[in-house]
Amino acid sequence: MSEAKFSKEHEWITLEGEVATIGITKHATEMLGDIVFAELPEKGTNVEKDGTAGVVESTKAASDVYTPISGEVVDINQNIVDDPAKINEDPEGAAWFFKLKIKDASELDSLMNKEEYEKFAKETSS
Amino acid sequence: MNKKTPLYNLHIQHGAKMVEFAGYQMPIQYKSGIIQEHKFTRENAGIFDVSHMGQLFITGSDQLTENLEKIFPVNLKNLKTNQSKYSFLMNEHGGIYDDLIITKLKDSYLIILNAACKKQDFEIIKKKLDDKYEINLDESLSLIAIQGPKAKDVLGKVVSNINNLKFMNGGEFEYDNSNIYITRSGYTGEDGFEISIDNQKAEKFVDRLINYGAKLIGLGARDTLRLEAGLCLYGNDLDEKTSPIEANLKWAIPKSRVDSNYPGSDIIKKQIDDGVKTLRVGIKPETRVIARGNTKIFDQNDKEIGKVTSGTFGPSVECSIAMGYVENNYSPTNTKIFLEVRGKKVPANVCDLPFYKKNYVKGEKNV
Repeated sequence: MSEAKFSKEHEWITLEGEVATIGITKHATEMLGDIVFAELPEKGTNVEKDGTAGVVESTKAASDVYTPISGEVVDINQNIVDDPAKINEDPEGAAWFFKLKIKDASELDSLMNKEEYEKFAKETSS
Repeated sequence: MNKKTPLYNLHIQHGAKMVEFAGYQMPIQYKSGIIQEHKFTRENAGIFDVSHMGQLFITGSDQLTENLEKIFPVNLKNLKTNQSKYSFLMNEHGGIYDDLIITKLKDSYLIILNAACKKQDFEIIKKKLDDKYEINLDESLSLIAIQGPKAKDVLGKVVSNINNLKFMNGGEFEYDNSNIYITRSGYTGEDGFEISIDNQKAEKFVDRLINYGAKLIGLGARDTLRLEAGLCLYGNDLDEKTSPIEANLKWAIPKSRVDSNYPGSDIIKKQIDDGVKTLRVGIKPETRVIARGNTKIFDQNDKEIGKVTSGTFGPSVECSIAMGYVENNYSPTNTKIFLEVRGKKVPANVCDLPFYKKNYVKGEKNV
C-alpha cells in the first residue's frame, strides 16, 4: 500500500494497485466535532476528482466529503453509516469512507504528503 | 469587539472553543465535545454560563403589577413573591419579540431575556411603562445555570437550603457574606437552578461548583439539550411573525388573560377561538439524516406544507430530531411528512414533544 496522501479538503487517500481507499483526516474530525451522520456514494457510481462523494454531519453542521481522485466506487464502509461515532474514534484507520477503482494515478501527484498536509492544516486552522 | 462574560478566562482555562453569539464571546464546546457534555448534564451536573442573557429589574410599588399585565400575557396578580412564569414580549400582531421568564420579587420584578433581544426588549418595555418605575438591565450580575440530576447536590455544597426551592420558584440565599438570588429553573429538561451573582464573585463560585464535580457545558450541548426537551430557541423556533398559539405555547397564556388587554391580545383571542393555519410540531426523521433549520417539509403528494426551524441529533434519544411549523391539518401525531435534505425527500413523522422527558423535582422539604 502506498503512503497516504492528503487533499486541501481534508481527505486522505492510499493506493493499493488500482484501488484507492479514501477517508477524512483526524484534523477534519477535530474541526467538525462529534460526527452523528455519514452518507456515502453508491457502489458502482463514478465520481470525479474534487467532486462531492458524501456528507458528514456533526452536532454543529453538515459538510461535504470530496473525492481527491476520479474513479468507480467499488466498496463503501457501511460501519460508519451505522455508527458515525466511529469516524471520530479512528478516522485514518478503521473509519475509511469508500474505495475507488481509479482511472489515472497521476491525479495523485497534486496532493500533499503527510508533512505538507500537517503544515497546511496548522496554517489554515489558526 | 465582542463582549466577554466574567467567566471568559475560566472558559479558556477549560479548553473552550469560543464563538461569537449575540455580541458575546461564548463557549460552543469544551474538550470532551457536545455529545459527552450533553450526556454529562443528563446524568450528572452541567454548568452553563448564561451571563449574556439579560437580567431586567423593574421596581416600583404604584400599580406596577397592573401595568406589567398590560405588557405580558401572564397572570401577575396571582403570582406569589418569588414565583416565576414563562411568558412573552409581543407585538400588536401577536408575534413574539422575545420569550422570557418573569419572577415576582418583593417590590419589583425580575425578567430574564434572551441575549440577542435584551436591548430591544429594554427599549420596548421602557417605552410602554411610566417614568415612575425604575427599570434596569443589570450588567453587574452574572447568570449561571447548573442543570442535571446532581445539580441539587453540587449546588447544595456551596449554598445551603437550596433543595427547599420548588420548580419555577426562587429566593435569596446567603453566599460569601452576601445574598444571591437563585431560582429552580432551566432550559435543558433537567432539574436545575439559575444563580444570579455579582460579576466579581462569579468565577470563584463556578470554580467551587467544578470542584464538587460539576462540569462546564457549552452552547452546543445547551442546544441539543433544549431541543430534546422540546423547548423553543428564540430566533429559530420563535420570531416576530409567529404567535404563541402557532408556536403551540398556548399553555403559557392563562385562561384568565385571554379576554384582557395586552399587545396582540385581539389576534391571540381570535386564534384561540378560530384556530391557526400553521402549528409548531415535533418531527422525527425515519433515518439518521439531520434536518436543520429551513429544511422544507412536504406531504405525500409533494405539496410544500411547512419548514423545519430546529434540527439536530439527540444524544440521549439517539436519533435525529427536529421541530418545525406545518399546516394545521398535518399537525396530528404520527402524520407522515417528508423533509427535503440535499435534494432528497426523507420520510419523517410528526411526533409528540418533548423527545426526552424527565420529571422535574417539585422541591423537597426537610432535606
